[in-house]
Amino acid sequence: MQATDPAITWLQEKPLGLAERLYLPLFVQGLATTARHLVSPKVTVSFPEQRPAVGNPLIYRGVHRLNRDEQGRVKCVACFLCATACPAHCIDIVATESPWPDREKYPEAFQIDELRCIFCGMCEEACPVDAIELTSLLDLTGKSREEMIFDKEKLLSVYDMTKDAEPMKSAALGGAP
Amino acid sequence: MPVVIVDGQEIEIGADERLNCIEAARRAGVEIPHYCWHPGLSVVASCRMCLIETGQRDAESGKISMVPKLVPGCQTPVRDGTVIVTESEKVKESRARVEEALLIDHPIDCPICDKAGECLLQDYHFQHGQPERRADIQPFHSRKRDVGPTVALFVDRCIMCTRCVRFTREVAGTGELMVSSRGAKEEIDVFPGYPLANKLAGNVVDLCPVGALGDKDFLYQQRVWFLKREANVCGGCSAGCSIYTEHNQDTVYRLKPRENPQVNTWWICDEGRYGWHHLHDEARILAVGRRDAEAGPDRNGDTARRLIPVEWADVVTGLRRDLGAAGRLAVAVSPMLTVEEAWMLCAVARSIDPEAYLALGHVPNAGADETFPGGFTIRGEKCPNRKGVEEVLAVFGAAGHDWHGLLAEVADGRASAAWITAGYPQPWIDEPTAERFTGLSCLVVQDLFETPLAKLATWVLPATGFAERAGTWVNVAHHAQSFRQAIRPPAGVWPEGRLFWNMLGRRGLYDPGSVRRQVAESVPMFAALADELPATGVDLRLRQLA
Repeated sequence: MQATDPAITWLQEKPLGLAERLYLPLFVQGLATTARHLVSPKVTVSFPEQRPAVGNPLIYRGVHRLNRDEQGRVKCVACFLCATACPAHCIDIVATESPWPDREKYPEAFQIDELRCIFCGMCEEACPVDAIELTSLLDLTGKSREEMIFDKEKLLSVYDMTKDAEPMKSAALGGAP
Repeated sequence: MPVVIVDGQEIEIGADERLNCIEAARRAGVEIPHYCWHPGLSVVASCRMCLIETGQRDAESGKISMVPKLVPGCQTPVRDGTVIVTESEKVKESRARVEEALLIDHPIDCPICDKAGECLLQDYHFQHGQPERRADIQPFHSRKRDVGPTVALFVDRCIMCTRCVRFTREVAGTGELMVSSRGAKEEIDVFPGYPLANKLAGNVVDLCPVGALGDKDFLYQQRVWFLKREANVCGGCSAGCSIYTEHNQDTVYRLKPRENPQVNTWWICDEGRYGWHHLHDEARILAVGRRDAEAGPDRNGDTARRLIPVEWADVVTGLRRDLGAAGRLAVAVSPMLTVEEAWMLCAVARSIDPEAYLALGHVPNAGADETFPGGFTIRGEKCPNRKGVEEVLAVFGAAGHDWHGLLAEVADGRASAAWITAGYPQPWIDEPTAERFTGLSCLVVQDLFETPLAKLATWVLPATGFAERAGTWVNVAHHAQSFRQAIRPPAGVWPEGRLFWNMLGRRGLYDPGSVRRQVAESVPMFAALADELPATGVDLRLRQLA
């Protein structure tokens, strides 16, 4: 598009009024903002001694967990839909025939590379059985890369650790537990 | 020429062609959905998915009179003036009803169904079904039972198209599968004690338009949308069936037949279907090595002829040096090699020793050919390219030289060095035969697995499997098919073609296409290979007649 194009409307900056030209009113306005923040409640916390508050755990996207069903078995049916949806390709599943009569297949191995993960929440979105969920655990540290590849047991232990504080989201959102 | 009108579009068909409405519409680029019809099987018109409106145009007046009811497209032959309407409201309504009826007692367990992604029930539901389910039925767990050693049946996913039943009766001729019970309780089943165990059993899984029949070898291994497919040729026998190699990240997961009316039509045998496991066998020879008596004992105290690892670049020069110094050379050109590789190998051998004895390698034979009632034949000769290698050998003046001739050359001491290319997935040589090679001053063995012969070799080189090479194979009926590499060989393994290419002193990456054109120019039999081959290949003899 050329600058002479008739579709372009050229606007002129408004001329300064008296208050703006005096400079002082705007100066006072700025100082007032500073003063307001001096007395307002602080949002900064001394991490890690103090934990930051998570606004809404239902939509927070922290460390993953693998949910268990009522019988304590992994809920996952190894359908690979999370791995398909994952834009970072960080989920690796090995499926096999399940040992239970009411289930077709289950994950023999389920790994998430938490270093590769971008915490977008697509896996949770894709899961047809609400097996994978993102918790509100936000500080994830490890001493090696291998340690940050979470396997099935570790992901289930995240569930055991967080299930009391954060019940399964599907139930909280009105779905089947 | 007869004219058929498909959705207002006039297409001409051959005067003596016998097409049904589905085939005629396909010519016009219109796909009529169908489950039970398959071009290789008899027509039952039971699924009712291909119902369409037809009519007839009067040749003189040009008036079209339509049939008042919908007719199954698969069972309705077309003739001059046949009018096919595939997208009318009546047809669309019918398709939506058929889809709805099929889904009423379907478990809808797509997330855990291996067919999801290549399932006709899914595809047609999205194309022709209705968005809402009116019946009050929840997704449920499908019953599963074994119908044979390789096939599992998910009973409730079945839509009763009976393709599998007709296949076992008409093509395999064994008739293991049947329909038990009637009406809404119909099920596919086998008679107790007579499992689905024929040599073509795996084809019923390909035929199944839904996820009812599952291949146990592939079950739960991978979702189909992760797989990439490469048009390949099966190397299991000399029939050279067209296949798709379906792979992901250099791992083959399954082989599927590729339609080729001139070779295998729609089928492949189970031996070929599961004949890729050797590619990922732990026991494969992966290291390149040269045995040297002067190298001293190895870690296990094995003094004599310890295998020293060699870089591929040094193999290119070292082979030429060792074989050149060893005296008269005998070369076994394996029938597992492609035409291009065989040609380059012969050229390399002749450049090392102009008097080299070239011969066709060992041809594995498992007995007589086996032909099934449907016309499908499993060949007894278990190598894909004997014909092609023989033609190449003839050019190099080695017509008629075979493995036994080579053994005699070696045993009589007329050859003092041998280069044996093998690459057989099965064990192929026994101790006594291998013993005949002991007196040689240099023995090069290129194979997939450790054999008695490889234990004697001065040079041990890894070979590659069928999906790891590119080139052209000529089957038992002189039908040549070119194919590309589907997966990369294991790390550190050069495909044979790359080694020969480098030994010929050619620059750049190995290009089978340029070798093929060169072969086509120099070998009259291969003249047809000069052009890019169609996916289904060419019959070499046709060009000879012309």
